[in-house]
Amino acid sequence: MRNAWIIFKRDLKAYFTSPIAYVVIALFVAISGVFFYALLTRFLNIQMQAMYQAQQMGRSQFPVNVNLYLIRPLVSNMSIIALFMVPMITMRTFSEDKSQGTMELLLTSPVTNLQMIFGKFGAALALYVAMIAVAFIYPLVLMLYGQPEMLPTLLGYAGLILLGAATVSVGVLISSFTENQIIAAVGTFAIMMLFWMVGWVGSGSGVFSSVASYVSIIQHMQDFTKGVFDTTHLVYYASFMFLALFLTYQSIESTKWRG
Amino acid sequence: MIEVQNVTKRYGNFLAVDDISFRVEKGEIVGFLGPNAAGKTTTMRIITSYMPATNGTVSVAGYDVFEQPMEVKKRIGYLPENPPLYLDMKVKDYLQFVAALKGVERKDIAKRVDYVVEETSLREMEDRIIKKLSKGFRQRVGLAQALIHDPEVLVLDEPTVGLDPKQIIEVRELIKRLAEDHTIILSTHILPEVSMTSERVVIINRGHIVAEDTPENLIASLKSGETLQVQVEGPFDAIKEQLSGIPGVAVVSQEKDVIRKDGICGVRVDTEPGKDVRREVAAAVVNNHWGLLELRAVSLTLEDIFLELTTEEEVQA
Repeated sequence: MRNAWIIFKRDLKAYFTSPIAYVVIALFVAISGVFFYALLTRFLNIQMQAMYQAQQMGRSQFPVNVNLYLIRPLVSNMSIIALFMVPMITMRTFSEDKSQGTMELLLTSPVTNLQMIFGKFGAALALYVAMIAVAFIYPLVLMLYGQPEMLPTLLGYAGLILLGAATVSVGVLISSFTENQIIAAVGTFAIMMLFWMVGWVGSGSGVFSSVASYVSIIQHMQDFTKGVFDTTHLVYYASFMFLALFLTYQSIESTKWRG
Repeated sequence: MIEVQNVTKRYGNFLAVDDISFRVEKGEIVGFLGPNAAGKTTTMRIITSYMPATNGTVSVAGYDVFEQPMEVKKRIGYLPENPPLYLDMKVKDYLQFVAALKGVERKDIAKRVDYVVEETSLREMEDRIIKKLSKGFRQRVGLAQALIHDPEVLVLDEPTVGLDPKQIIEVRELIKRLAEDHTIILSTHILPEVSMTSERVVIINRGHIVAEDTPENLIASLKSGETLQVQVEGPFDAIKEQLSGIPGVAVVSQEKDVIRKDGICGVRVDTEPGKDVRREVAAAVVNNHWGLLELRAVSLTLEDIFLELTTEEEVQA
């Protein structure tokens, strides 16, 4: 446990001593900020319309739901933006160690491969969580001016973190294959795209569609954005993560045998 | 302390190490000598349990590297050919990280870091970022990293490569000091280094051990007799005839690369063991009124042995 913690601390610190952490967080917050602004404008328009209609009909106004019209699409959009950010976070995980030779240090230290993977995966995930946490500023801003429901909002963000755990684990896996960080990033990105887009064929009917829809990594976010908690999605993300980390373990073991 | 038994390592079809066995006793310092791609690094990687051997067993301090790698890793300090450095860390932070990773107790970390920084003369560099350090200092950080947990065994892969002459001397001094209470295996392809630092030499070529002894014994065992290099102004055939007649001379041959147009020829005289024929050779040349331009006794160096052993191997193959 101590060993995983040592590697975790070093890797996390390395993210913050290099520009990567700041670039990733800044990009994510900026892009999701644009979406927030656009959605907020739309929300205000809808609200204005509702007010106008209410006046014309001579009725009192129905409140427009902030969660439905603003937070839900925002979280949904952020889940896509996050997919684009993860490769930048994970690309150096094992690739950097392989290219600069520190893998030799790690593999000749009294640390098990599992501890090493947990430490590195944990550090990448921690940066991802920090990124999501900074983007929590949007619901906080809304709280100053309105009463968004907190529980569905938190569930939406929890969904983002689960999605992150799954995608970061894929990034860690891909980075264990190559010592080239660019290949690690592009490979992770391509696989994420695949898991996102496979959901598009899932809108039809039939076995293939429902399988495609189940496999899609974004489909499982939908309920979280709605504020619905369904263990199916938890199981999906958890098994996704375990499979990717298991394969990472095999990949590290096999580099040892291949020399 | 280290026992390597019948170790073989294959990469696909390439046989990197072929059935080698040797022992290193506690407190010994052994030099691993061989040309590039001889299998030195592979053997070291197997000993440090970086990767498993295809066949054979290795034990370090009584622990099998394959069965109990954790116990072995705790006891070995390893400096790979390229020092395994996190380039964007400060020297001190890096050493603290490695100390923790190698299982040094939290309360002892500061003390150990301080000690290795002192030993490897890194004091004025400890707050610098490793990326900014020169090759020599990086090598020292690599060495510091190998020492940090006070391991019983040190495995150093080409520890002086890329250093300037002054640093090379410093590192050799350090290795000698460490040899007092550590078991050390170091590899090199620089010959004088082995005779300067090691008590015992293992010469490895193409995955085979071709010789294993102290540097002095290796020289003695291969030295069948003295060799004289003579430069004479005169006809070779006559010179050969005269010199061959001297008692104690075994072989007289012409040195191919020293033939000159102006009648000077290089002659190589191999003597029988324990005979000094320099006076007789000089007298014979002078008495025949040839010009004696040079007469030099050549003693066999480790370099000759190395070349002899490794090129012989090539002839066989």
